[in-house]
Amino acid sequence: MAGFLSSVRRRLNLNQPTAGDGDPVVEALRAALDPSRVRYDGAERTLLSHDASIFDGGVAGPVCYPLTTAEVQSVMRIAEKHTRNIVPRGAGTGLAGGAIPLGAPIVVAVTRMNNIIEVDVDNRIAWVEPGVVNLDLTRHLMPLGFHFAPDPSSQQVCTIGGNVANNSGGPHCLAYGVTNAHVLAIEVVLPSGEVAMLGGLDAEPAGLDLRGVFIGSEGTLGIATKVAVRITPNAPAVKTMLLSFDTVRNAAHTVSAIIAAGIVPAALEVMDQRITQAVETYVGAGYPTDAGAVLLAEVDGLAESIEIDANRIAEIGREQGAIEVRFAADETERALLWKGRKTAFGAVAQIAPDYYLHDTVVPRSRLADVLDEVSAIAERHDLIVMNVFHAGDGNLHPLLVFDKREPGVIERVHAAGDEILTASLNAGGVLSGEHGVGVEKQKFMDLFFTDDDLAHQNRLRQAFDPGCRTNPGKVIPSGHSCADIAALKRVPREVWA
Amino acid sequence: MSARLTVTDPVLHRLAEEVGVEGPVAVEGSRTRWHIGGAADPQTRLVKAPTGIVEYVPDEMTVCVRAGTSVADLHAALAEQGQRTGLPERGGTVGGAIAVGENDVHVLGRGRVREAVLQIRYVADDAKLVTGGGPTVKNVTGFDLPRLMTGSLGTLGLFAEVILRTNPLPATTVWLESSDADPFAVLDTILRPSAVLWNGIITTVQIEGHGPAVAAETARLAAIGTWAEVAQAPELPAHRWSLVPSELGDPSRWNGATWVASIGVGTVWASIPQPATPTNPVVAALSRRVKQQFDPTGRLNPGRVPGAH
Ligand SMILES: Cc1cc2nc3c(=O)[nH]c(=O)nc-3n(C[C@H](O)[C@H](O)[C@H](O)COP(=O)(O)OP(=O)(O)OC[C@H]3O[C@@H](n4cnc5c(N)ncnc54)[C@H](O)[C@@H]3O)c2cc1C
Repeated sequence: MAGFLSSVRRRLNLNQPTAGDGDPVVEALRAALDPSRVRYDGAERTLLSHDASIFDGGVAGPVCYPLTTAEVQSVMRIAEKHTRNIVPRGAGTGLAGGAIPLGAPIVVAVTRMNNIIEVDVDNRIAWVEPGVVNLDLTRHLMPLGFHFAPDPSSQQVCTIGGNVANNSGGPHCLAYGVTNAHVLAIEVVLPSGEVAMLGGLDAEPAGLDLRGVFIGSEGTLGIATKVAVRITPNAPAVKTMLLSFDTVRNAAHTVSAIIAAGIVPAALEVMDQRITQAVETYVGAGYPTDAGAVLLAEVDGLAESIEIDANRIAEIGREQGAIEVRFAADETERALLWKGRKTAFGAVAQIAPDYYLHDTVVPRSRLADVLDEVSAIAERHDLIVMNVFHAGDGNLHPLLVFDKREPGVIERVHAAGDEILTASLNAGGVLSGEHGVGVEKQKFMDLFFTDDDLAHQNRLRQAFDPGCRTNPGKVIPSGHSCADIAALKRVPREVWA
Repeated sequence: MSARLTVTDPVLHRLAEEVGVEGPVAVEGSRTRWHIGGAADPQTRLVKAPTGIVEYVPDEMTVCVRAGTSVADLHAALAEQGQRTGLPERGGTVGGAIAVGENDVHVLGRGRVREAVLQIRYVADDAKLVTGGGPTVKNVTGFDLPRLMTGSLGTLGLFAEVILRTNPLPATTVWLESSDADPFAVLDTILRPSAVLWNGIITTVQIEGHGPAVAAETARLAAIGTWAEVAQAPELPAHRWSLVPSELGDPSRWNGATWVASIGVGTVWASIPQPATPTNPVVAALSRRVKQQFDPTGRLNPGRVPGAH
């Protein structure tokens, strides 16, 4: 990603950040930060008007790269003084459009605040800056015998700040819990420019759990500038197994039967035949390409204990009609299976140039039915759907693949997506398991929450950000957040789109 | 179509009516932790939260329960299906346990209260029924109001019903005691003890899991001391302290008091109360703004402040 950005910069020779001269906000930002870290050139602003979602319509104002909490405070204060909006940004891998700049805000990219400040093995925590890349932290901890448990598939690129803002999950969050369970304290620069330490390292920090609500607030309550994360000891033993089935239904039934048997595996991931075939041609991970679905199950912990759970899982799989149950023989085979799972999205590019990745959760007992419905929906809209998902939590990720040059296809993709969401809600599910609401799911919030529920979410927002200047236009639908609309109307005249 | 989370249960609507829109009001649970957060305003009208398990689907590992249900009743029902929750078993109600937010002594094994709450329904200051969170085990739809409510002492909303995550009951549980083991070596010796408690002399450890795993962990502990099996956790003194785990290494602060420390967690139960620590003024002001937003007239559980001693 970074390499790509810098090569674009070199090609376009747009490294001279002279654009924006005369704009008082840009001038103030350049005075507060090093001028080279305040960009207003077209290339930078265009790049940062998108994230990994399919949403267009973002317009970035000045782009800042602060290095310290004090610099983030200066940016916030300048924004407040000039009543400009701000949007916090990490690596831009968000899939719900959370980092898309609406209304030409100041983009505060924290990617250069990327120091691992301290690893405290006695207290099993690490203090990190928000721009630290998820996998870099785990790599740093590995020699000490620890890792950071949340492992989103984007972990090679996404940042801890982004993980906190989206309360991100990953395959191994089934047993270990999502980001919220692994964050003890967060230093936040509030929209007022003040610094607040939310949470603490002690057992039960006194007062309201403001740490807890900041996590998953998608950049609307302030900017995280420092995070104390829990570090998890590496398990002494692990068993990874691959179960193949004729149908996705059988794989899904196996997942609910495993949970019902009282086993909490470290991971339970399902891939259907289409995605498995794509993965095989892409990386050759050793998955069977003739199976209707595969289930990647992993148990970790004590050798004495995982032996029992793994055998039970194999037994349940066979009862549910598994055509093959295979144990990874060694670390190489295990790593290869995981490589296949984690590069699944990359593999999709061979099928079609574009994809829209959905993210809903349903009760685990409803997985099989909802998956059937998803394929019927795709068929009705003449689209290809692939499924690769965190089955253990009931977290579906239907992937609609398409070529956006085909006329009318985008409309079909959106129509199918809307139906998938409705089907998930009808099954007793929720709108998002890990990608968040951002701009993607705002219009569906009314289907799930009542007006009063949304009004209360807005109360929380107002307490942190009375002017609604921090990432306005996200999460809470506009009808429930009048102040956001006002904030978005304040697009300064001098900003060109 | 009406919103999925629209409340239809008449029992919850009756609570909302009872709370009404005027005058100071609070929920009375079992009064097991009544003194927490300061004295209640004597003018406060007390209401009871409704009781009963609304829906329990063991295969989903979730349970929907009304806030006035006792944790003991809930756990008895769950135990029949081989499950439990992270709520502490200390005689209180489900709503009370969440309002207080304190974890049980075996938090390492059962998980934190705040992580057990998937969805919460509460009566707001204006008698409206509000839902935060959602019914599934994984969910990031909207702001995480269940976290805000956990530990809020009912000062932001009065709890009516919750959906909790359940966990499987382990096949085997043992409590072991040693007077010669270094309590801080336990966490380096065994993988996931459910509790490691220390009173300055005796270390008490709870291990849970499959029988062979518990036996193997018990054998590993022998490398750091002599252990004997005991029936239960030691008696816990009345006052609760919240410390950073590494602060537990220096027992001189107890100065004659009796205490039991939770190693690796930082909670200490002591015969003397923890001195109040000053709150950061920015955080205090932010917390006041949250209270102002959720309860502009200050009618919800007046007198109580989360975090106050
Ligand atoms: C191929 C692929 C696979 C993925 N797999 C997973 C997965 O398995 N699980 C999962 O949960 N997600 C997954 N994601 C989604 C995404 O990677 C995560 O949401 C990630 O945590 C976002 O991090 P980021 O640094 O890219 O944040 P960004 O996209 O830059 O920002 C995301 C949100 O966080 C806010 N934000 C960022 N930094 C801060 C900060 N310091 N303070 C306050 N707010 C901030 C932004 O305003 C925005 O709202 C995947 C994405 C891709 C492209």
